[in-house]
Amino acid sequence: MDWFPLYNSLRVALISTFFTFFLGIFAAHYIAKTPRFLKGLIDGVLTLPLVLPPTVIGFFLLKMIGPLGPVGSTVLEVFGFKLTMTWYSAIFATTMISFPLMYRTARGAFESFDSTLLYSGQTLGLSDTFLFWRVIMPNCKQGILAGAVLSFARALGEFGATTMVAGYIPGRTAIISTTVYQLWREGNDALAYKWVFINLVISFIVLTAVNMLENRYKQPVGTAKNHFDHED
Amino acid sequence: MSVYVKIKKSFGNFVLDTEFEAENEILALLGASGSGKSMTLKCIAGIVRPDMGRIVADGVTLFDSDKKINLSPQERHVGLLFQNYALFPNMTVEQNLCAVIKTCGKGKYPKEKLDILLESYYLTGLEKHYPGQLSGGQQQRVALARMMASDPKIIMLDEPLSALDSYLRWQVEKELTEILGKYKGTTLYVSHNRDEVYRICRKVCVINEGHSEKVSSVDEFFNAPPTLASALLSGCKNYSKIKKLLNGTVYAIDWKTSLNCSAHVPDDAGYIGVRAHKILPLGDKDNCVNKISCRVLEVRHDLFSVIVTVVPEDADPRKEFSQIRMELPSLEDDSLRPGDSMAINIPPEMIMPLRKRMD
Repeated sequence: MDWFPLYNSLRVALISTFFTFFLGIFAAHYIAKTPRFLKGLIDGVLTLPLVLPPTVIGFFLLKMIGPLGPVGSTVLEVFGFKLTMTWYSAIFATTMISFPLMYRTARGAFESFDSTLLYSGQTLGLSDTFLFWRVIMPNCKQGILAGAVLSFARALGEFGATTMVAGYIPGRTAIISTTVYQLWREGNDALAYKWVFINLVISFIVLTAVNMLENRYKQPVGTAKNHFDHED
Repeated sequence: MSVYVKIKKSFGNFVLDTEFEAENEILALLGASGSGKSMTLKCIAGIVRPDMGRIVADGVTLFDSDKKINLSPQERHVGLLFQNYALFPNMTVEQNLCAVIKTCGKGKYPKEKLDILLESYYLTGLEKHYPGQLSGGQQQRVALARMMASDPKIIMLDEPLSALDSYLRWQVEKELTEILGKYKGTTLYVSHNRDEVYRICRKVCVINEGHSEKVSSVDEFFNAPPTLASALLSGCKNYSKIKKLLNGTVYAIDWKTSLNCSAHVPDDAGYIGVRAHKILPLGDKDNCVNKISCRVLEVRHDLFSVIVTVVPEDADPRKEFSQIRMELPSLEDDSLRPGDSMAINIPPEMIMPLRKRMD
C-alpha cells in the first residue's frame, strides 16, 4: 500500500495549521478591539470561507494563483514556478478553508478573557507585549489550542478547494480525501475502505483532543472571583 | 503628593462630570451603583479616555484635552486595585509580584524587595500558591502588595471589600486600614457603603448620577449633608419637601406641618431630612415644639431595635416621602399596632436642611 496520501495530508495540514494559528490569533486579537460597526463587517468577511462552498473558494483561488491569475502569473514570471497542481498548492486551499475555525475559537477565547487582568497589568506598568504573551495567551490557552486542533482537522478533511487547485496526481498531490474519491471512481472498494478507516481513526483522535481541551477550558484555575466583576 | 481631577465623559444618556481634589489623605468617592465611581477611577488610570478635562497627579499632567496630553496607563504610575483584585490566575503569588518588581526595576535586589513585600503583607509561606488557592483576604493582600510594588504616586481602591463574605470583611477591613495608614500618598477609596467610608476615610466626595459634589470632611458629611443625594447616601431615612417660613420655621409639605429648625435654612433648600434614630415618641399628654400627631403604619422588630413607620394625621400615606421612619432601641408600649395613633417629636436641632443639588 502506498502511504504517500497520508504523508502528504499530514504535511499539508500541519503547515496550513501553522499559518492559520498565527493568522487567526492575529486577526482575533485585533478584531476584538475594533469598534462594533467595523467588527461586524470584518468578521463577516473573515468567516465567509466557513459558509461558502469550498468549490467557490477553489474558484477564487484559481483566479488568483492560477497560471493566468495576477499572483500566479507574476510568481511564474519572476521565480519560475507554478502555484497550482503541486503538493504545496493544497496549503493555500486548506489555509483559507480552516482559517475561520481558528479565528472564531481564538476570538471567543479573547472575548471571554477577563479584561480587568489586562487593565490592572497596564496600571502596574507592565508592557502590552508582556501582558499579551504572559497573561492573555496563557489564560486563553485552551481555547486557542482547541481552535488549532479544529483547524488541523478541517485542513485534513478538505476536499473541494484542494482538488481544484492541486488536483489528483498520485505520488505528487494526492491526499487522503482525494484518494478515497479516486478509489471509489475506480471501484477499488477494498483500498478505499482502508483509507476511510485511517480517516476515522484520525478524526476520533482529533475530536477526543478537542473535548479534553474544552473540558479543561470550562474550569480555568483561579478565576473563582470573576463573577464579582461589575461595571459602574 | 496630590491629585486633581476634572473630567467629562458621556455614554449615551449617562454623563459623567466629576471634579475633585485630594491631598495626602484618604478620599472616599461615595455613590450608589451605576453612579460613575468606577468609571472615574478608570479615567484616572488611563483605561478609559474622558471626552474632556484635566487630570493632574503629583504635579504631572496625566490627561489634558486642551493640550492633547493623554499618557498611557503604564506611564501614569497610578495604582488601581480592582474589585475582583485582578491577580494573574496563571501565575503564583511570587510570579505575580516579580512581574511588577522586575518591570519597575529601580531596585537592584529583586529578591530582597520580594521578601520585604511578602513580609509586610503577611504573605510569607504563600509564595508558591496560585490566586485560586487563596482566600479573599489573602488575594486582596497580594493585590495590594503587587500594586505597591509598582511604586504608585496615588492609589485607588475600587470597592475593595465588596467581594468578601460579611464575616471575613471585618478582619480584612482592619488589615486594609493598617496598610492604608502606612501609605503616605493620596488614596481614592470607592465605595457605596457609608459605614465603611465613615470608619476608613477622612474626606468624602459624593458622586450622584455622574455628578460629583463638593468634597467634605466625614464628620460634616454625616452631621450636615448639604444635599438630598448626600443625605440619602449618608443613610438618612426621612425627608420632606419644604417651604421656608419666617423665624427659623419651615413648612414640611409632605408631612403637612410647620416645624422649628435650629440650623440655618438656606434660601435654596428644597428639603429637610431627619435621621430615623433622632425622632422621639411622645405620650398623648406630653407637649413640646415640633410635635406631630401620627398614625402607625407598621411596626417591625429588628435584631437590636424596633422600626416604627408612621404617617402624620393630615398627610397622604401613599406618597413616598410622607412616611416617617423611627428607629427605637426598644418599644415601651408592646401593644402598638398598625392603625393606632401616636405622637412624635422631631427635635429642632435634628432637622437637616437639604439642597436639591450642589451648584
